[in-house]
Amino acid sequence: MNISQIQALAPIITLSGVIIIVLLSIAIKRNFVFSCTITAGGILMTLVALVCAWQNAPMQTTLLIRIDHYALSFMALLLLAGLAVLGFCYDYFKTRKGQNEELLVLLLTALLGASVLIASTHFASFLMGLEILSISLFVLIAYPSNQRHPLEAAIKYLILSGVSSAFLLLGMAFIYAQCGELGFTGIGHFIASQSAMNIMILSGIIFIMAGVGFKLSLVPFHLWTADVYQGAPAPITAFIATVSKGAVFVLLLRFFISADSFIYSQLVNIFSIVAVLTILIGNLLALLQTHVKRLLAYSAIGHIGYLLVAFIAMGSIAPALAVESASFYLVAYFITTIGAFGVISVLSTPQSEADELSVYRGLFWRQPVLAAVFTLMLLSLAGIPLTVGFIGKFYIFTSGAAGRLWGLLAAVIVGSGLGLYYYLRVIVMMTRNAEKSAVESKIYNGTWISTATLSVLSILLLWFGIYPDFLVNTIQSVSYTLP
Amino acid sequence: MILFALVAVLLIGGIVAWFSEKIHPDIPRWVSVMTLIIEAVLLMAQYTAATGVIEWGAPLSQTWLADFDQSWIPRFGIHFHLALDGLSLLLLALTILLGFMAVSSSWTEINKHQGFFYFNLLFCLTGVSGVFLAVDLFLLFFFWELMILPMYFLISIWGHENRIYAAMKFFIFTQVSGLLMLLSIVALVLINHSQTGIYSFNYFELLDTEISPTIAFWLMLGFFIAFTVKLPAVPFHTWLPDAHTQAPTGGSVLLAGIMLKTGAYGLLRFVIPLFPEASHQFAPIAMILGAISVLYAAMMAFAQSDIKRLIAYTSVSHMGFVLLGIFSWNLLALQGVVVTILAHGISAAALFMIAGALQQRLHTRDIDHMGGLWTAIPRLSALTLIFAFASLGLPTLGNFVGEFLVLVGAFKVNVVLTAITALALILSPIYALMMVQKSLHGPLQPQASLVDANHRELVSLAVLALLTVWLGLYPGTILKISAPALKQEMQQTVEMEH
Repeated sequence: MNISQIQALAPIITLSGVIIIVLLSIAIKRNFVFSCTITAGGILMTLVALVCAWQNAPMQTTLLIRIDHYALSFMALLLLAGLAVLGFCYDYFKTRKGQNEELLVLLLTALLGASVLIASTHFASFLMGLEILSISLFVLIAYPSNQRHPLEAAIKYLILSGVSSAFLLLGMAFIYAQCGELGFTGIGHFIASQSAMNIMILSGIIFIMAGVGFKLSLVPFHLWTADVYQGAPAPITAFIATVSKGAVFVLLLRFFISADSFIYSQLVNIFSIVAVLTILIGNLLALLQTHVKRLLAYSAIGHIGYLLVAFIAMGSIAPALAVESASFYLVAYFITTIGAFGVISVLSTPQSEADELSVYRGLFWRQPVLAAVFTLMLLSLAGIPLTVGFIGKFYIFTSGAAGRLWGLLAAVIVGSGLGLYYYLRVIVMMTRNAEKSAVESKIYNGTWISTATLSVLSILLLWFGIYPDFLVNTIQSVSYTLP
Repeated sequence: MILFALVAVLLIGGIVAWFSEKIHPDIPRWVSVMTLIIEAVLLMAQYTAATGVIEWGAPLSQTWLADFDQSWIPRFGIHFHLALDGLSLLLLALTILLGFMAVSSSWTEINKHQGFFYFNLLFCLTGVSGVFLAVDLFLLFFFWELMILPMYFLISIWGHENRIYAAMKFFIFTQVSGLLMLLSIVALVLINHSQTGIYSFNYFELLDTEISPTIAFWLMLGFFIAFTVKLPAVPFHTWLPDAHTQAPTGGSVLLAGIMLKTGAYGLLRFVIPLFPEASHQFAPIAMILGAISVLYAAMMAFAQSDIKRLIAYTSVSHMGFVLLGIFSWNLLALQGVVVTILAHGISAAALFMIAGALQQRLHTRDIDHMGGLWTAIPRLSALTLIFAFASLGLPTLGNFVGEFLVLVGAFKVNVVLTAITALALILSPIYALMMVQKSLHGPLQPQASLVDANHRELVSLAVLALLTVWLGLYPGTILKISAPALKQEMQQTVEMEH
């Protein structure tokens, strides 16, 4: 390994170093504020390392990891998401009695796993990254370990995640048995060299999709989502919804492009069915929810369904446009999801999550700023103009129409219509009269870090919604670098 | 630049109104009035700059009076492109006029969260005026969606007993149909891209796109549904009676007066010029839908006892004429459409203002619980009578001119359908006179002493009444302004067909 390869790997190395430093500092003295500062500093340092690595990209460092602009940009996105979640975690956990410092270590290891995942070009690093991410998440979900719901959620996630990894490994084994390759490009060459359809490879890919589908909570692998979202502490839910799902999706795009798997037209059909089911069932189930976190969980399922439309379009249009659409939608999804769960997190304490819809009654007149931020986030999820979600939806329509996926787009339209209903329900609840509010108006002092984070997210949401040029150009230049 | 200001002033005014509530709860309405005055001055300035004469109603020298073009999202060739022609000019003037009326009718009715109310009101006007000006299809869709949200808030926060259901229904109907339009827009742009190699959402460039007939039909349908839901026409009208009944008066005025007109404008400006052949094929069905709307809604209006619901159905009926006229696609019918749009905007807004004023006094919208109002509140009753006459299409009032021109134009295209639609001239007096009879005549029902129209109500309604009479007696002014724009639209489709 030469010096430029090490430079390219700098972000991952820095992140690993930061983890050790935080661990050591906790061993020496427990101080939540201090540990948070180190963690935040560490994430910022990793971002600086990203900038240094940018010049050396694209570079294949070892067989396992390829550092290119695609990986680096998404690492930046994940790290920024991690930073935002860290801000919410600080306000959420600072009043909690007990030992909160390890939370930060786990946050960092999860980020490390996600970073490895999105840069991987090999099944070994794929699995390694995914498992580092998942194992950190189990503990993060169950962090308030003296409570029932988080524990229950963590156990559910643990078991289903184990099953999904088994599917994944089986799929990898099928593919390896046929082509004797574990690297994505090697598999791609093998698939391209085969004239007839190889049923083993096809089943391997389907098994891998099943494994990945658990992480992305695609229907029919979505059953864990609502329980885990509801059980986990609000900031951690934001983390699962964005970093975990986002990293897996980014990897999926890379895998399908490198291995050129859309040669199998059957896959398009299968994915289309999965996408339609994901959109419709996610949105339909969300209609019935009276708990905001469950509602957002099902809506997140629907949103991953929309993302799949861009992903499926990759089978019939220039991959660059599909990747561009999916990436933009992913960024929009990150901003809005973190923002929405951020608001919940501000309203919650470790003892009582702000989950019931009735908590939000009259929020508009009690906490206008917070309610306005939440409204913005929900409107963005619904894809209303002026918000980044609107441009995201436009992208989905564009790639879907370019790929002539009319059936899928019809599902998107129906899903959006259903989506409006439950997003509006929450918004309406916030505008109801405050007098009847069942919950005492709490005083949310000392949450300035969360407030600042939410403000930044709102500004980004409006900026990219009104003038998306900057983001569009960035994503466009990045998505053309993906081989 | 003035065009951009026309949109921006309303938005800025709305934000100022929202925050001015902190100083005093009564300031937002004054801010709104000021904003609308500035808006009116700007529009006047634009008009005089374009025609070179100050006299309102001078014939327009060219079709497009002004143009504002600014690159917005270069990746997809999306521009912030606004343009003004005679048609947009008239509709903008109507928008501003009814903006004043909406503020006037909300003056005392809205007594909580005033700042947010006037923000939504002006924000809604921003979206509407954006729709009337946009000539970039992405921008059109942007404004199209933008105007829904504030209206949703107006209904769901300040509405009446069943407001949340009504607001939700309104939002979902219009938003989902809007997405169909977005799909059509994107598909149209991609077809254009495959022919020219560049992405463009520019209306004028997309006019030249060559589309195969089947695809054109589906794309046209996407636009048609979006605009017809907003218009609304049977069978997409069911959201309207609910939304109108539950909305506060200001919201109803905006909804009936100008928001419905965005649907008519869209059909006129986009559906037929972009897809002339597909529209031509589809015209018989659209005209039948128009005729059904006219007759069915007139009969439904007769069956209502809730006065706002009654007026809402008359709106559907009048908009049926608009649909009929647009798809007749000759100058006479289109001129009729323009006059109907303006006249109905004025008369429906006035009727909703009256209904709001009555509800404020009587605390009911049920006409069976009214009666004998003529003796109690003569001034308001006289105004009710005028606008009821306008609504039934009495000659000398604006609606008559519009509907008459539409029928004459449609007669050239489809005699049978026109003859059937003309039955509305019998049905509309029935519902209008029934409303007058039940509410104004008979024994005085309410016991409490009632207050007649105050100066604010009187002036607002009198202005509208004068305008209706003016439209009825001398529609030439309006026709002169709209003619070049309409001829231009028709010219485009003729070129396409040859």
